[in-house]
Amino acid sequence: MKKVKSESRTKGQISDAMNKKSNKKGSKRTNAYFISGAVITIAFVVLMLVGLIHTPYDPNAMSGAEKFSSPSLSHIMGTDNFGRDIFSRVLKGISMTGLVAVSTVAIGGSIGTIVGAITGYYGGIVDEIVMRINDALNGFPSILIALIIVSIIGPGKYNVILALGILFIPSFARIVRSEYISLKERDFVKSARLMGAGDMRIIFRHIFPNVRSTLFVTITIGFNNAVLAEAGLSYLGIGIQPPDASLGNMLSDAQSYLFTAPWYAIMPGMTIVLFVLGFSLLAEGIRIKDEGEND
Amino acid sequence: MKNFFKRLSLGCVVVMVLSVALTGCAGGKKGENPSDSVSETTGTAVSGGEVVVGIQQDIDSLDPHLATAAGTKEVLFNIFEGLVVSDENGNVTPAVAKDYTISDDGLTYTFKLRDGIKFSDGTPVTAEDVKYSIERCSGLLDGTPLVKALSIVSGVEIVDQSTINIVLSEANSEIIYYLTAEIIPASSSETGDIIGTGPFKLDSYVPQEGVVLSRNEYYWQDGLPYLDNVTFKIVASAESAMMELQAGSIDIYPYLTDDQANELAANFNIGSNGSNVVQGLYLNNAVAPFDDVRVRQALSYAIDRDAINDFIFGGRGTVIGTSMVPGYECYVDTGYEHDVAKAKELLADAGYPDGFKMEITVPSNYQMHVDTAQVIVEQLKEAGITATIKKVDWSTWLDDVYKGRNFETTVCGIAGSLTPSYLLVRYQSTAKNNFVGYSNENFDTLYTKISTSLDSTEITEGYRQLQIMLHDDAASVYTVVPPVLIAMNKKLAGYKFYPIYVQDMKSVYWTE
Repeated sequence: MKKVKSESRTKGQISDAMNKKSNKKGSKRTNAYFISGAVITIAFVVLMLVGLIHTPYDPNAMSGAEKFSSPSLSHIMGTDNFGRDIFSRVLKGISMTGLVAVSTVAIGGSIGTIVGAITGYYGGIVDEIVMRINDALNGFPSILIALIIVSIIGPGKYNVILALGILFIPSFARIVRSEYISLKERDFVKSARLMGAGDMRIIFRHIFPNVRSTLFVTITIGFNNAVLAEAGLSYLGIGIQPPDASLGNMLSDAQSYLFTAPWYAIMPGMTIVLFVLGFSLLAEGIRIKDEGEND
Repeated sequence: MKNFFKRLSLGCVVVMVLSVALTGCAGGKKGENPSDSVSETTGTAVSGGEVVVGIQQDIDSLDPHLATAAGTKEVLFNIFEGLVVSDENGNVTPAVAKDYTISDDGLTYTFKLRDGIKFSDGTPVTAEDVKYSIERCSGLLDGTPLVKALSIVSGVEIVDQSTINIVLSEANSEIIYYLTAEIIPASSSETGDIIGTGPFKLDSYVPQEGVVLSRNEYYWQDGLPYLDNVTFKIVASAESAMMELQAGSIDIYPYLTDDQANELAANFNIGSNGSNVVQGLYLNNAVAPFDDVRVRQALSYAIDRDAINDFIFGGRGTVIGTSMVPGYECYVDTGYEHDVAKAKELLADAGYPDGFKMEITVPSNYQMHVDTAQVIVEQLKEAGITATIKKVDWSTWLDDVYKGRNFETTVCGIAGSLTPSYLLVRYQSTAKNNFVGYSNENFDTLYTKISTSLDSTEITEGYRQLQIMLHDDAASVYTVVPPVLIAMNKKLAGYKFYPIYVQDMKSVYWTE
């Protein structure tokens, strides 16, 4: 999780330098990333909404006669060990996973942004304490913390959202904080202060708009991580509880039938890959586009 | 081509010994292929070697008298033996004892110790050891019987160094099955040694990992066991068991699902047998709404047991309607027919016309119970009941559900034993292991009455009535007696199925 971010940041700095030289090249690349990412993501958002409203079959309806049917016209992704339609379950799974990802990023992002903004702007002892707690949270493997939280508050949809949300606070806080530290020294902040603007006004009305683009990239990467984290937790059996479908627990159930019913594992697996790929491309596209505009 | 020669050479091995269990095992399996017929044959037995058996849960105690989990007993069966032991036909045969006689009034059992029998450390088994073990189990030592059924033992007399009289306060025709209670050295109360007279001895036990056994050089049966080492390895889930089997890191795995058995059929010997496990949706009779008999009956009507058998066990299990395993003479074939309309009617009567919400706690290491719970959730939906599943790990299940009784409903299996009473005794309202909190005065009275009876017709009839009471009160929703499906390395032979929950490794051997 951390790795992805630091990588993209260093890349950002390099392409930042490059962009200054040739702007055109950068914006051309932007389009390819941005468009493909946006297309995939929009497709998934549509599927997510469709999954909430309608699925071809009841995703939990079982049929003994249709156990392990391979993909066909009536079941385009085949059926699983209970004869449930995998396509319907994947649709529900996307909605479920999407719901978890959106809520997780909303919790982590909002709290993380506020924490990061305040600590970054004020600095001092509060900043030190909060950031050391942040470091401590980052010191553990994230899946371990999620496991601990879930084992304390119990498994289930909302608890997973809560656990992952808490887990996502540090990364947002850290990024927003560093932006605030550099931005608060800029002239526009100083002049705002001279004009008599209060701290809160400066933090949210003056500095925040300048943080938005960075934040947006962080959010898209956060989505990715949330999708993977949900899949991971459900795969371990502590995330979304059966019979509710999630991409992770489908994958987990499917592994016993890898050889007899390979489509059972391939369908949710490919869905996760595409889902994550879409967000990654989008994030990269936005970042490059953004840098192109800034220069 | 290589495969062909392999088959040919295997097929050419002269079949000398044919295990009864294995001839019966591979039949009736889906997707049979030619190599299966070869796999049923057994090559010449080779002494020695090592076998890794996958087990589903950790050991709850290495002290055979304190262990309660069936998953522990199945392992300890290889380390300890009683005066008598159970055999694969559900009878008892002498082990530490050479033979025994019962007095006419049924109150005195006289056991003759086997000549030269020794514990696995080489010390001879003495009459004092037997006296200590039986007294410890029956509560004569400190007042708390470790095996409840043995609490009717009123005294253990040493007649001479190889003869022991066990005196009962009341006659009980089933007591002999409980005298399989493990014989341990009298000195173990001080030393704490884990020593028995079984075919294997304990080498090491690592919590969460497993138990390693090695051959008992002093075992009384000549030529047994064949294997030098047996490792019981704890595998976290059915999936990891599959992977370990395919990777070759475990040789025997006895708890496959039907789908898994079909998948493994090509590369493993698959055995199938009826188990003695009563699977059910166990209801906490002490909490609302399950304290209302109408609600429990409604659930029984709402759940389609045949569908569960088909979905989860490929139709290889036996559908049941009460807490008893078919095969016992007293078994009553009963059960609520699947009838959603009736279920709704009963729910309305009980004050839940729109159904209610309930939680099913399932031990996550048992894939078949998790899968069954999923089917049940679907079925209950039709009756308007919204059920959710909560997967918990085994130790949490044991603490919260089985011991703590802090649950609404759970899908699990209750393992029987050699006597039918074992599946009924827990429903006495005061029984410590009555985790569903069933309470019926008539049941208690009748159970007490027949437990002292010596008349076998009266006992059988009594057990039938007890089963019918459980059925009528819908103490829980009894679903299926699952089949035992075991996968075994193709080069292994000699595995025996038992009517009780044990893994007997003494007869297992490598071929070639």
